[in-house]
Amino acid sequence: MFMFEKAVSGGRRYWLWLAALAVIMAAGFASYLIQLQNGLMITGLSRDVTWGLYIAQFTFLVGVAASAVMVVLPYYLHNFKAFGRITILGEFLAIAAVIMCMLFIFVDMGQPTRVFNVLLYPTPHSMMFWDMVSLGGYLTLNAVIALVSLRSEREGVAPPKWIKPVIILSIPWAVSIHTVTAFLYAGLPGRSLWLTAILAPRFLASAFASGPALLILLCLLISRLTRFSVPREAIQKLSIIMTYAMVLSLFFVLMEFFTAFYSQIPEHTESLRYMFFGLDGHTGLAPWMWTSMILAAASLVLLLVPRYRHNQSLLAVACGMVFLSLWIDKGIGLIVAAFVPSPLGAVTGYAPTLPEMLISLGIWAVGALILTVLYKIALSVREAPLVAPAPPAREEVLV
Amino acid sequence: MILSRKAFLRLSGVSLLAVAARKVKSAISGTRWAMAIDVDKCLKQENCTKCSAACNQAHNVPAIPQSGRDVRWIWKDSFEHAFPGQEDQYSSLRAAPAMVLCNHCDNPPCVRVCPTQATWKRDDGIVAMDFHRCIGCRYCMAACPYGSRSFNWMDPRPYIKNQNPEFPTRTKGVVEKCNFCSERLAVGKSPVCVEACPEKALVFGNLADPRSPIRELLSTRRHTRRRPELGTGPGVFYIL
Repeated sequence: MFMFEKAVSGGRRYWLWLAALAVIMAAGFASYLIQLQNGLMITGLSRDVTWGLYIAQFTFLVGVAASAVMVVLPYYLHNFKAFGRITILGEFLAIAAVIMCMLFIFVDMGQPTRVFNVLLYPTPHSMMFWDMVSLGGYLTLNAVIALVSLRSEREGVAPPKWIKPVIILSIPWAVSIHTVTAFLYAGLPGRSLWLTAILAPRFLASAFASGPALLILLCLLISRLTRFSVPREAIQKLSIIMTYAMVLSLFFVLMEFFTAFYSQIPEHTESLRYMFFGLDGHTGLAPWMWTSMILAAASLVLLLVPRYRHNQSLLAVACGMVFLSLWIDKGIGLIVAAFVPSPLGAVTGYAPTLPEMLISLGIWAVGALILTVLYKIALSVREAPLVAPAPPAREEVLV
Repeated sequence: MILSRKAFLRLSGVSLLAVAARKVKSAISGTRWAMAIDVDKCLKQENCTKCSAACNQAHNVPAIPQSGRDVRWIWKDSFEHAFPGQEDQYSSLRAAPAMVLCNHCDNPPCVRVCPTQATWKRDDGIVAMDFHRCIGCRYCMAACPYGSRSFNWMDPRPYIKNQNPEFPTRTKGVVEKCNFCSERLAVGKSPVCVEACPEKALVFGNLADPRSPIRELLSTRRHTRRRPELGTGPGVFYIL
């Protein structure tokens, strides 16, 4: 496979990390076999709360995938050179995130063996059809772009001309994946929490904060663990993008609060009240949502003051806060709360079960594994001696 | 196969005519099945669940004891749950029970969202389900504003006491709901819940026929539907 040989040579630390991921994946896979055998009864879901951890993780990760555009756009449209070294990291992050998204959809299905019915009976009036199209397309675009650019880099030649329009196409495509994901939810007549035109903008804002937060953390980690250095300028630029996006994201959340609580239409306030204060004694989500809000506010203090933002350790802390805050908001709250109360007024609590959590953790481990391997390849190409022996041309054609 | 331009045009014309003919046929034959529930009559027998019991038996609906994992086709809920936002503290109907089932909407959101067309709207107004095509994504359950759909969180078969061999049982991982007894309508019978009601509180009929009993009832009695403001056009009417 393409440059895969670089992924199978690594130090002790590399292999230990992969082994740890393999253990988590195995635990997740074993749990999935139990789910396959018994059905989705092994989850905490019910007739009222029909989507939970899986679909919420999917939603969050679509955002992480879309955020690659935040390094691609400044580099290719604004010629921001410092991002040249990290676009590949953003694209590989997108690939890993999209694959996780697909896995989360897959494990949520009641009849996974029938997954190809979606292709067999393509249904353009279903938003799920368009989500499949946009995610599949985005995966292909990023895979082609990342591999073609990396290959040119390895050979020390300029990338082929045709790749430029493909890269430009990937920019609106990234926006489309998260817009379509928001449309999955925003067009449902009975779910007032989602029935808001601001859902897609809100998804994009939180994505462009959580994605860069993760990317900054990964860049800092890579600089510490390998000889690969990420320009300081790139990190600072990313942190500014993240700050703006986080401010917007929080602003959008406050917009939702105003509309609901000033109009005082019960339908619009109930889910929000459930999230932050609890309904009928079900207060399970409230501590999470307040943690998310406090982390968001604290991260903004660190990010908005330039002195703190320029301090790399504080920046890392702020990135962790942003990521965690938005993970709670999108990876738990926003999906679950829309089901409470149910159309029949039932307030049903939801808490993921152990197998459900293990399956989710397993998928995160798959993503981490894919990301590790892809980053290993990218970094090995970058670290390789400049005058590499030219491989025989024939073999190249075959690869 | 090489098609001449003439042959292509002829073929397209014939296809278009066929599509148009189908539309015209369904417009003329004009069947729109619907139900009216007389709330007062239903209230006469306080703890009656005969309609649900008959339905569950006819359709192999499992009796799953775990709360939140049960499967429902037609069941009793309180008026304030069936009609959220319409209750007030002085209303005598507030705590009154109301039978709820799939509304077989004119414009069903569940059909709109289903990614495999495993649920669709028939020409006679029934929102049908193909249990064998359903992938179990539960998008229809998120879309239905009436909570009328149930998912098989587990294998339902151990929870069916007297299996009816005439109707299929379901497998785990698929969604199901009321089918307006399409299998009985096909042989000229009315829905089993309608037959089972001792008070004749459920009236079933063809809305497209101006002389049908249901049309007569709806033209003479005050009635409402669940959440009409959502534009779904429910086919189940509640006579007040």
